[in-house]
Amino acid sequence: MTGWQTLLYKESLRFWKVAFQTIAGPVLTAMLYLLIFGHALENHVKVYDKIGYTAFLVPGLAMMSLLQNAFANSSSSLIMSKVMGNLVFLLLTPLSYVHWFVAYVGAAVLRGLVVGLGVFAVSVFFTPLSLEAPLWIVLFAVMGAALMGTLGLIAGLWAEKFDQLAAFQNFVIMPMTFLSGVFYSIHSLPPFWQSVSSFNPFFYMIDGFRYGFFGVSDVSPWLSFAVVGSTLALVSLIALQLLRTGYKIRS
Amino acid sequence: MTAISFQSVSKAYPSPKSSKSNASGGTFLALDGVSLDIQEGEFFGLLGPNGAGKTTMISVLAGLTRATSGKVSVLGHDVQSDFAAARRSLGVVPQELVFDPFFNVRELLRIQSGYFGIKNNGAWIDELLESLGLSDKANANMRQLSGGMKRRVLVAQALVHKPPVIVLDEPTAGVDVELRQTLWQFIAKLNREGHTVLLTTHYLEEAEALCGRIAMLKTGRIVALDKTSDLLKAASSNVLRFKLDAELPKELADKARITGRIVQFPANDALEIERYLAAVREAGLVAHDIEIRKADLEDVFLDVMAQNKGSVHGVGAAV
Repeated sequence: MTGWQTLLYKESLRFWKVAFQTIAGPVLTAMLYLLIFGHALENHVKVYDKIGYTAFLVPGLAMMSLLQNAFANSSSSLIMSKVMGNLVFLLLTPLSYVHWFVAYVGAAVLRGLVVGLGVFAVSVFFTPLSLEAPLWIVLFAVMGAALMGTLGLIAGLWAEKFDQLAAFQNFVIMPMTFLSGVFYSIHSLPPFWQSVSSFNPFFYMIDGFRYGFFGVSDVSPWLSFAVVGSTLALVSLIALQLLRTGYKIRS
Repeated sequence: MTAISFQSVSKAYPSPKSSKSNASGGTFLALDGVSLDIQEGEFFGLLGPNGAGKTTMISVLAGLTRATSGKVSVLGHDVQSDFAAARRSLGVVPQELVFDPFFNVRELLRIQSGYFGIKNNGAWIDELLESLGLSDKANANMRQLSGGMKRRVLVAQALVHKPPVIVLDEPTAGVDVELRQTLWQFIAKLNREGHTVLLTTHYLEEAEALCGRIAMLKTGRIVALDKTSDLLKAASSNVLRFKLDAELPKELADKARITGRIVQFPANDALEIERYLAAVREAGLVAHDIEIRKADLEDVFLDVMAQNKGSVHGVGAAV
């Protein structure tokens, strides 16, 4: 293995060693959402014709879990290494900032995908799912996880304490994921909230992802692709710049 | 070839005092124009009181901190522009007892080798574990290890890529006698095999025993730099040492080095020794366990630091 591959391996091994907490936990949470909301709303809410509410919910929940866990992986790994001080072992290596970026985001994508797959595996017991356009599914899953892994990288570099990171997670990431159309179609919202949602990149990740399953979505998957792709490019540039200058890690 | 080179290196940090009260932005000079060349194969000691800038020098060398001005290189590789080659040449044992709680010892060493692109490093890892007395801890998680064991792992981690230049930042702080001896035997062996060693320590007897050359640092400046033997020669040759159960009169205490009950006076000849003992007697005190010993590095160190007492500078200076 080369240097960056080792870092990717180590970052993946880190979450894998505590898989009960990093994979099983989020899958269980998603399953509970599915159980409760599916049960309560299956016969009351119809989002798209011919699609049951539970079926509608599965891709959204899978994507939400995927996004949150991709974010959690890079951010918690970095903040822990910073607080514990063991980041120094990485700072002493010849790895370049691009290597850091690829490895941290790569491991975040991996964890996101594993959790997302876990949610699907469980959802099989609740409802059958169609796979209209699998390529879109893979594309949005990977891009969404990369976007959140990169955001986690930025947050992990920026935060100096665990509570700063928790604040970022609770006040930015959670509201944006919950208000992104996981539990509803934004067409069901009043016009004002519809236009607010159209500025939330999470909405496009989930909407594009869902298109891959049902072949229907709130906006065109191409629009979602463009929004998610350009957001990913923007946050990647920011993250690379922070790593290059050693923001808060090399004084 | 020069193993480690510092050329007029300065490092300024924003002064914590000035953050609110002084809007002009005062800075604190942790390093103030340090120039130092360490040759390949040297065992070099960097001494100085806390806050003198030793760790800052090492951080700049290791690329953990950027110098404000000046150039630093390892075996000719600039630590900023040619950082990958510089870091490959350098193994640093950090001062803080840090560890990654997710892995066991062997995993950590394997991962650390991997960062340097080294595959199949098992034989060298085994040798490191053996030499540092860690063989039976190879599969223990870092969390289960005692402080001394963690320190050994830090040393092993710094050496996984067989760096030609080894930097040890206070490796024996809080470490028991046995580990100190194991460690120094191992480091001395590496030095004999050609590795350059840069050591910072507060244990001056270690520095005296190990280092061929020594630099003393105070408030960011090098205040002494010479062969260890020459530094010792320059100091007053003898020290009068005795124990005392009472307090010395002030005019005597000012000239003495007092550690608990032990009182020491620098003394060059028999006359001086007699004069001190007489003064003690006249003060109505009884000296026990009187002995005369050769001056050691600690005496030199205290001399040098005392001579440079007036040189506090840089604090709060606007730059």
